[in-house]
Amino acid sequence: MKKSVFFGALAATTLVAGLAGAATLDDIKARGELLCGSNTGLTGFGAPDASGNWAGFDVDLCRAVAAAVLGDANKVKFVPTTGETRFTALQSGEVDLLVRNSTWTSSRDSELALDFVAVNYYDGQGFMVKKDLGVSSAKELDGATVCIQTGTTTELNLADFFKQNNISYQPVTVADDSEAQRQYLAGACDAYTTDASGLAASRATMPDAENHIILPEIISKEPLGPVVRHGDNNWGDIVRWTYYALLIAEEKGVTSANVEEVLASTTDEEVKRLLGASGEMGAKFGLDNDAFKRAIAAVGNYGEIFSRNIGEGTTINLARGLNALWTQGGLQYAPPFR
Amino acid sequence: MTMATDSPKDGFRLSMLIYDTRYRSYTIQIVVLILFALAVAWLLNNTVQNLAARGKEFNFGFLWQRAGYDIGQQLIPYNNDDNHFRALLIGLLNTLVVAVLGCIFATILGVIVGVLRLSGNWLVSRLMTVYVEMFRNVPLLLWILLSYVILSEVTPQPRDFRVTDEMIAAGEEPAASMMFFDTVAVTNRGTNIPSALFERGLGTLDLGFMSLNLDFWAILAVIVASIYVNRRIVHSARATQEATGVRPVTWWKSILVLFGPVIALIVAMGFHLEIPELKGFNFQGGILVAHSFTALLIALTLYTAAFIAEIVRAGIQAISRGQSEAAFALGLRPNRTMSLIILPQALRVIIPPLISQYLNLTKNTSLGIAVSYLDLRGTLGGITLNQTGRELECMLLMMLIYLSISLMISAVMNMYNNSVQLKAR
Repeated sequence: MKKSVFFGALAATTLVAGLAGAATLDDIKARGELLCGSNTGLTGFGAPDASGNWAGFDVDLCRAVAAAVLGDANKVKFVPTTGETRFTALQSGEVDLLVRNSTWTSSRDSELALDFVAVNYYDGQGFMVKKDLGVSSAKELDGATVCIQTGTTTELNLADFFKQNNISYQPVTVADDSEAQRQYLAGACDAYTTDASGLAASRATMPDAENHIILPEIISKEPLGPVVRHGDNNWGDIVRWTYYALLIAEEKGVTSANVEEVLASTTDEEVKRLLGASGEMGAKFGLDNDAFKRAIAAVGNYGEIFSRNIGEGTTINLARGLNALWTQGGLQYAPPFR
Repeated sequence: MTMATDSPKDGFRLSMLIYDTRYRSYTIQIVVLILFALAVAWLLNNTVQNLAARGKEFNFGFLWQRAGYDIGQQLIPYNNDDNHFRALLIGLLNTLVVAVLGCIFATILGVIVGVLRLSGNWLVSRLMTVYVEMFRNVPLLLWILLSYVILSEVTPQPRDFRVTDEMIAAGEEPAASMMFFDTVAVTNRGTNIPSALFERGLGTLDLGFMSLNLDFWAILAVIVASIYVNRRIVHSARATQEATGVRPVTWWKSILVLFGPVIALIVAMGFHLEIPELKGFNFQGGILVAHSFTALLIALTLYTAAFIAEIVRAGIQAISRGQSEAAFALGLRPNRTMSLIILPQALRVIIPPLISQYLNLTKNTSLGIAVSYLDLRGTLGGITLNQTGRELECMLLMMLIYLSISLMISAVMNMYNNSVQLKAR
């Protein structure tokens, strides 16, 4: 009897292990909770606040997906991951979705067997130094000690940048953002390098933010976006189109405040489809027809998410720049919703 | 007529596999073996299936790809154009240098503390007890972090060493200055020490897969030869003493042989020191010993020495008091008693647990990742693993390397152990 229970359990585990990643949507619905890989704490992008609620630009995308899939933006469990553990956590099924300032590269697509479904923030790598160092360009950093997070694309960009400019540096490899910040503030390194948005977020939390400057050079392209496992295309589509729904909402002027109003009064067919008033758009993904409406109602459109978490006026104070809508000269562009 | 015992002759029955003691042990062993093989097979099969499900194949080809990242501490030349295997070697050397130095320092400190803990001086022995209890009862990781934070927070920044023209005009001293006749600078990044340079060096020998620094090997060869010659001198002195009863004076010969050739060689090669100098952001020239290395070494040494001290104390206490009393009766002074009578016997008890401590220390070097020390765990198991996404290969390779290092340490120490064991003649 005991034996059969044991083998039954063994068979079940094998089965579960085999199926993980096959139908992520069903798993999430059965679980009643979305597992979202997040940062260990990067203010503005993904960090728990004083009362333990996760908030941030990346966090809101997770909430939007949860609202679309489960109907409740709070049914998300945020799993903190470091630069080193994030992709393993995703591959092994520990998280359903990873939204953690992760750069889309070809080898991550191919070798790591991941799918970057969209780019929610167009970024580039920059350097932060103390003002009194008297440096105004990254090319003046010859011989400097540079703090760098391990397990990131920035590590490789840094090596390339210094080699191309024929200058030398001493790397100090640290595990995460907070350790990098501690070492940088203690003066163990002259410069701290990571994505420019991450630098702005770090700087915002420093007690003497005005004494630190971000150098003008952006040395790389860092398209950051949500990542899912390779092989479950429907799940990838759901995340991708939830994100595009937020973009289209901004383009069409739909906000979390006016979504019901717009739904009642709009004559725009695309908005109707987006909000589930016409067609079967949600059902084609295996969701409800008003799934995307729920997402917009829960977290607002892309512009709202941006300005609430990292936009001008917040402590992070980032301009829209490349992340403005295509209609306003930026790169954020959603394919037609039909 | 003998009474033939009626032994059961009805052949082999299956139930005998369980109920007959002649077969039972075989049955158990075979069953366990089968279960073990099944477990291994299941694990392997599971791995292969999951790898296939993720579209990954198991191969080590990534080791020959360009690494693309830089490493702070390099004992042999490396740059980001080298492949992952070279980065692995750098990491391995960084692991080994901490492990070897740590074992040496921990042994020296451990033996001293262990002996002092038995000292008759109340204060000394209690102080040693406090040290031992403090260090072995707090996790090593905390000691590593503590020593790193202390080193990096209390030392001055490189720019504190800077002397500007205005400061000279105002007669001000810089906030920090170099030590040891302006040759060593301790900053919050590391310790800059002078390096040895040779004007007329022998160059390097390129062997294709690695290049040898001929200066280093020449000096090493001369030192080994000098030690050998010195041993011959001492040996012949002892032979003379045993034959004639008079020991010839050899100390000046020893000094001449031990130091003469080396000094002659380095003078011939044009030896001079390259002294670190503040240029730009950091000290340039000389050798930078990063604080991550120093902190790791200090913490490993202090932590392991606490355990070694206990082992040494146990070893000494295992020797019967009669031994030291007999030595005193023969008129030996206490330190001679310790070095000639007690320690040689205590070594028999000390060596086996000491091996475990060496193994522990070596494996504990992997905690260096906490202070950004790029050892094997940091290069192969950290950056390489991350950038290539080859978790399984990197982990297996890393385990294999740590296993090989540990087995080598065990083998060497066991050879030494055999040499100090009692010889049954």
